[in-house]
Amino acid sequence: MPGAYAPFPLTFDRRVSVQMEPIAEGLMVRKAGEDLLDELREAGADATACYQCGRCSAGCPVAEFFDLKPMQVVRLCCYGREDLLIKSRTVWLCASCETCTTRCPNDIDIARVMDVLRSRALRKGQSGTEPKVVAFHKAFLGSIRNHGRVFEIGMLTSYMLRTGDLFSRVGLGLEMFKRGKIKLLPERIKGSGEVRAMFRRKQK
Amino acid sequence: MAPEETKEKETQEEYSYYPGCSLHGTAHEYEDSVQEVFRLLGIRLTELPDWNCCGASSAHMTDHGLAVDLAARNLRIAGRLGKDLLVPCAACFHRLKAAEKAMGAQGGQAAGVRILHLNDWLRRSEVLRRIREAVKRPLNGLRLAPYYGCLITRPPSVTDVEEFENPRSMDLLIRVLGGEPGRWSHKTECCGGSLTLGRSDITNTLVSRIIKAAVRADARGIVTMCPMCQANLESNQLELKQRDRGHPVLPIFYATELIAACISDSTSGKRWKAHLVDPAGLLDAPALQP
Repeated sequence: MPGAYAPFPLTFDRRVSVQMEPIAEGLMVRKAGEDLLDELREAGADATACYQCGRCSAGCPVAEFFDLKPMQVVRLCCYGREDLLIKSRTVWLCASCETCTTRCPNDIDIARVMDVLRSRALRKGQSGTEPKVVAFHKAFLGSIRNHGRVFEIGMLTSYMLRTGDLFSRVGLGLEMFKRGKIKLLPERIKGSGEVRAMFRRKQK
Repeated sequence: MAPEETKEKETQEEYSYYPGCSLHGTAHEYEDSVQEVFRLLGIRLTELPDWNCCGASSAHMTDHGLAVDLAARNLRIAGRLGKDLLVPCAACFHRLKAAEKAMGAQGGQAAGVRILHLNDWLRRSEVLRRIREAVKRPLNGLRLAPYYGCLITRPPSVTDVEEFENPRSMDLLIRVLGGEPGRWSHKTECCGGSLTLGRSDITNTLVSRIIKAAVRADARGIVTMCPMCQANLESNQLELKQRDRGHPVLPIFYATELIAACISDSTSGKRWKAHLVDPAGLLDAPALQP
């Protein structure tokens, strides 16, 4: 059961472990990394609790495509190397399957670490490593903002325009259309103004 | 009967219902079969009025606050209806549960109703008994691989699911329908649904492993309760077969489609129309014939 096993007091301030001597350039950047660690702690993911057991990375179904393994992502958060993290492919290739979070013996919500890193990467204008994945998220959210619900044709058109990937899925799209899976008009909701207001709050 | 008493009963006769965008679009056969099963079992589903998209992966991956806001609006609507909320989509279920936890952690009031995926509903002991009694055309020992994927069960801190490494609700269901659940390695492995457009090479690889694992377990089809898993497994294996003619192809069923096929009075010629892989051509169970 998560949380049932607590070998030492949870109030223990593990931040001390991050105060290290400068052993190489970039490896002593406690100050630079502190706001990331704080945001992670607020999100319920204390990266400094990691003892590098590797369960997250062993169970990750996408790890073979990553440039940083999940355990390296967690450790680099402690090293203050956000610069490496937000430029990595890993944060965008993580499929959010939640296997790492489920299996972490220290209850670190690693999938949430990836969420935090993705949103920080976007805030800092870093989305170049996996542009198609980012384009998909933008197209998807744009569709919600416009209609309150996802309108698949609109979302796909937006994705294709953002990526220039116009034809790779046309055959599949036709097959789905023939089976009544593609609607030609969006569903609209009365609360679409409320939904748009949520997106405006996000921009502030 | 007072609402409190109704809530404590093992099977409620009424749920509020959040279909989500997929069930109103690419997964309409999932929606149709959910509605059919609940109608046949005499359980009323009331769709949440004016629901909005849960935000899915794209919202929580890029903006936590937005993800909670989008899901929370639906929970407030569900709270006003005051009935337990049934959510057939794995991603919607996950986002609504995550918002429930986030609202609770912020000291706010969660919806006050339970959020149930079909997985949770099937775990209610009464439900399988009722389905068993209703079976008219069983699966005749057909061997199927129950595929749970990710978000129905993980992480348990969000989903409140007890069996998360080896879930069994569909295993038990397949048996109740007269089939044989395959024991296999990939029942909770990720299919890579959120990467299907951006990195189809990764999705292809993950899907190929899942299909081959099901074939190793002698399964003749895969059963799922997630619209992304169904679409992803079904479409990717066809791409894989185009490149490698020897690649296996299996029909991918929604659990509710199988229940409906087994408990309805008549065979429906339309039941498998939405499938890219026609199961009737591949399988010989009477329940699957058009």
